[in-house]
Amino acid sequence: MKTLEYEGKAIFDKYRLPVPSGKVITEASKAEEAARELGGEVMIKAQVHTGGRGKAGGIKKASTPLEAVQKAEEMLGMMIKEYRVKKVYIEEQVSISKEYYLGFTYDRSKNLPFFIVSSSGGVDIEKVAQEDPEKVRRINIDPLWGIHPYQVRREALMAGVKYEHIGQLVSVVLKLYNVFLGEDARLTEINPAIITEEGTLICGDSKIELDSSAAFRHRELFDSLEPDTDDPVELRAREENISFVKLEGNVAVIGNGAGLVMATLDSVSREGGTPANFLDIGGGALSKQMETSIEIALDSPKVKSLLINIFGGITRCDEVARGIIEVVKYIHPELPIVVRLGGTNEEEGRSILNESKIRVDICKTMREATVKAVAYAEEG
Amino acid sequence: MGIFIDNEMKVVVQGITGREGKYHTGLMLQYGTNIVAGCSPGKGGQIINEVPIYDAVEETVRHEGANTSIIFVPPGFAVDALYEAAEAGIRLIICITEGIPALDAMHALRRIDVIYPETRIIGPNSPGIIIPGKSLIGIIPGNIFSPGRVGIISRSGTLTYQIAYDLTNAGIGQSSVIGVGGDPFIGVKFIDLLELFNEDPETEAVCIIGEIGGSDEEEAADYIKNKFSKPVVAYVAGQTAPAGKKMGHAGAIISATAGTASSKMKALKEAGAVTVSTPYEVADAIKNVLGK
Repeated sequence: MKTLEYEGKAIFDKYRLPVPSGKVITEASKAEEAARELGGEVMIKAQVHTGGRGKAGGIKKASTPLEAVQKAEEMLGMMIKEYRVKKVYIEEQVSISKEYYLGFTYDRSKNLPFFIVSSSGGVDIEKVAQEDPEKVRRINIDPLWGIHPYQVRREALMAGVKYEHIGQLVSVVLKLYNVFLGEDARLTEINPAIITEEGTLICGDSKIELDSSAAFRHRELFDSLEPDTDDPVELRAREENISFVKLEGNVAVIGNGAGLVMATLDSVSREGGTPANFLDIGGGALSKQMETSIEIALDSPKVKSLLINIFGGITRCDEVARGIIEVVKYIHPELPIVVRLGGTNEEEGRSILNESKIRVDICKTMREATVKAVAYAEEG
Repeated sequence: MGIFIDNEMKVVVQGITGREGKYHTGLMLQYGTNIVAGCSPGKGGQIINEVPIYDAVEETVRHEGANTSIIFVPPGFAVDALYEAAEAGIRLIICITEGIPALDAMHALRRIDVIYPETRIIGPNSPGIIIPGKSLIGIIPGNIFSPGRVGIISRSGTLTYQIAYDLTNAGIGQSSVIGVGGDPFIGVKFIDLLELFNEDPETEAVCIIGEIGGSDEEEAADYIKNKFSKPVVAYVAGQTAPAGKKMGHAGAIISATAGTASSKMKALKEAGAVTVSTPYEVADAIKNVLGK
């Protein structure tokens, strides 16, 4: 789960990280009062779950409260990538003399966190790492050892951070590590960490990705966050606990298990088609889940055919077949549906589908089913 | 007998009285797995499926000689179960539980690695291990596997079953099949398993089933290039997945340029593995490398 800038900054503030004062608004008229409270000269920042806001016109300066209203008006409702701007953050202006990058994330190959520091902030850190590798330092933090000032000092200096900024930077990094651990984050980033003209370090932006598996111990926070998708179908899938991602193609896909579904998408591409979505129905694959999944998968005008690829392990194919029949009888889908059942009791599953006389194509192998679904999509 | 498993194996099921634990204990017993005890705090003294239940793992070690554990404990309590098993002297722990907070797993894996370096952990979020025809510790459906000489290592559940099923139908049996688990932090990794398969006389060729995210496949590729002596066939799921989107469980997320399916496939191919672009091409590729 990704946070918006203002949500992340509220979390930073809780850990006493230095953040500029700001106020989030949803109506442009509220910008005037907000700007006045913040001293008149403010930044107007679009709150969307994606980077590259600056280039897209999602970060603007305003020198008077009235200009703030005008800029907020322009920004609210605009699209930045696939996200519509529904909230803007009005924030006090901060002078900039230098920008650094600070972050923590997972190092999966070592089973430890990474600490990353760069003397080149405010830009994409991956890019800096490629173009100016000497400006980025990355070390593992061993939770048994903890993080200590000497490590931050050493790495920051090696990355080219000025010595006069080290004291503040160390204190900010130690707090950021507490955010990482305390909030169960997958990623915490301050980019840029701004050094003002007065020489004070302040968090210019916030980026936090939270671990959904730990949501149970951060219930209040999770419930308060804006969903990180605007798509109504993705939102519905989330409510129903179905793992769904919308894609660009026209072959809708339903399968059980993330790996098998990804493999089905690969197969659709391999056979010359384009997948319309990722949908993992999960373990049980029973009728209620199947019903919602079919509705979700077909809820797009682009979709021309549906491929259901279920592998029966512990869940038997005959049970899955009965689930599919119930659903198809109930929702009467008009598009061609190709069903492939493999694994435990697959023959019973297929003959149950055959005898039911519902309008589905029944295939024995994954390849056959994929080829058929792709062909239907091409016919339109 | 197979990777990680020998005739001395005595299994304790942690969380045996839960729905999943109870159900899969039944299936594992049917498959012939030597389950000597269950652990479920507060249920000590009961018997389920003729298996005696204890309140603590330490008792199962003392009274029944348990040396291997499988964990079905719910996510909020599963790391406690990991610590308990490690301290009790269990040296192989298979953690089935899905949804453990990643940092909890990270801390547990690190501490156990330092304090009990002999202990091997498979998972969390692993489907388990199967030695077809002999033993099953996990939630893997035993009926679709057959004994043979191809090892399988995988990050996924159903996709592994799909590929193993194709192999079985093509008359190619399997030696040991291990699902390492789909979580960001896991114990045993591909490279650890390749080391074991390299020495395993039962295994002639290995099939790697990877997924986008992480760097397990790249590390495996490095090992294959330099040290692995048996043929490898690899498929990495998620070649068409868009960057930055989370597909299902936490394992399957691409961050920036690292961990894409194509970079993984490329690394494996350059290391000498035969790579295929769909799961249904695996069986033929295995036949080819075995010279059948």
